[in-house]
Amino acid sequence: MRVRLLLQSGLAALALAIFIQPATAADTPDPAADAKAFRDYFVKKFPKVKLEDFVNGPYSLNEDMRRQWEEKEQFPPYEFALEAGKEMFATPFRNGKTYADCFPNGGIGIRQNYPYFDEKEGKVVTLELALNRCREANGEAPYSYVKDEMASLTAYMAFTSRGKPMDIKVPNDPRALAAYEDGKRHFYTRRGQLNFSCASCHVQSPGERIRAETLAPALGIMNALPIYRSEWSGMGTTSRRLVTCNSQTRAVPLDPQSDEYRDLEYFLSYMSNGLPISGPGARP
Amino acid sequence: MASTIRVRAISNGEVTEVQALIQHPMDTGLVKDAKGDLIPAHFIQQLTFEHNGRTVFLADWGPAVARDPYVKFSFKGAAKGDDLKIAWVDNTGATDTMMAKIQ
Amino acid sequence: MTTDDSLPLSRRLVLKGAGAVALIGLGNLALLPMPAIAAANDKYPENAFKQKSDADAIKALYGRTAEASDKVKLDVPEIAENGSVVPVSVTTTLAGVTSISFFVSENPNALAASYVIPEGTLPHVANRLKMAKTCNVIAIVESEGKLFSATKEVKVTVGGCGG
Repeated sequence: MRVRLLLQSGLAALALAIFIQPATAADTPDPAADAKAFRDYFVKKFPKVKLEDFVNGPYSLNEDMRRQWEEKEQFPPYEFALEAGKEMFATPFRNGKTYADCFPNGGIGIRQNYPYFDEKEGKVVTLELALNRCREANGEAPYSYVKDEMASLTAYMAFTSRGKPMDIKVPNDPRALAAYEDGKRHFYTRRGQLNFSCASCHVQSPGERIRAETLAPALGIMNALPIYRSEWSGMGTTSRRLVTCNSQTRAVPLDPQSDEYRDLEYFLSYMSNGLPISGPGARP
Repeated sequence: MASTIRVRAISNGEVTEVQALIQHPMDTGLVKDAKGDLIPAHFIQQLTFEHNGRTVFLADWGPAVARDPYVKFSFKGAAKGDDLKIAWVDNTGATDTMMAKIQ
Repeated sequence: MTTDDSLPLSRRLVLKGAGAVALIGLGNLALLPMPAIAAANDKYPENAFKQKSDADAIKALYGRTAEASDKVKLDVPEIAENGSVVPVSVTTTLAGVTSISFFVSENPNALAASYVIPEGTLPHVANRLKMAKTCNVIAIVESEGKLFSATKEVKVTVGGCGG
């Protein structure tokens, strides 16, 4: 593990300097400028990788892994979870309504718009949250954010959006900008026993190995979710990935769909605007 | 009831390429569950593909075949629209069968 | 249509005989009399699957030894992304192929899979195997009664047997 690289505070400072725009007198966040700088950083770091290929995570950076992944994508291991999700999505609730009644366009081809900032509520709403709210509004118990049902459902919804560019909006509303900044701050803040921030691995060291894993670049990292992980022998949600990543870096994870995780998803998804949805994805 | 077998059989006129993905845990019998008990061995032992009553491919599998096993092979002598029969039996005696059309 | 997608999800298990239920708990190879799905001479090679080493498994399966041949093209990754699902395939230009099999030398039992190749079926198989640790993957091709092999090492960092 390249501990020395990851703990070099000099590099951390550099990463921060690249992304945090010089504060103006009003100290207004500029998500569009951040996103452009984020994209430019990865494109410069990996000139041979096509922009849309970043959504394939470690496979965009490692040829041997890419071949194994392509071979499995011919008939992917997540086929069964995807079918289960399609079935679940079409099955009516006890009151006769369906998920389609809760979402624009009947829930088909809309995944790229999540998370979004709900101006009435004043908070970020993720797809997982929206799905559970739909269930509860129709008299059904919510699903666990870290188990199979939610993973299958979001896998299907992602699949209907495959190829569509990520399209997250951060309206010019101080609350939305605050949520965006909250997510950004989480991303760059070191935490836990190993003292890693998300950026330590996914900005400073993509393509490198951390023990047995090859790190994915942060650009496009949301686009492949939910993911079928060989490690889990199954499909797992975005919530599950955020929680387990925190645990693996020996930080105490937050509750799934807590405000900070929602804001983190908001920030990271916005950073990948324009890149295609590739979910559901398969990963080691 | 949904089959555990997913098949894609595509003919180019002369050769039919068959890919199959089967939903099965393929447990080795060597792994412990969260309580510390061994999960019993549970894996497909034989998988057969038949065309016009003739076996065109036979797989003998052990538990070292990956979970939700996949296999790809090709054979001659079939045409678009023909039926392909796929069947498996596992170490508990369970079976599943499906008929697929060659595209 | 090549798939049946009309019905709910649960995997259908047709248990043959009450004995099957009792045997599930034993945690070892519980082999029941094989239903006649395959032809009589395509018996499941139970003994070969029980062997530990690849040499013993090859002997049990074929009754003879193999010679290395560059006409057997074995495709494996250099470093397995995850030992529980390693894509492995083999193809050959040898004629009269009747059997193809795969061995993983450091697995608890070396024989992973064996395929009967009837006439008219091409000598090419792709499958996904479990590998416990870094070791050799060996492909055996039976061509006109003789055995030919190809061997490649695959590095495994995260073992495939659930460790």
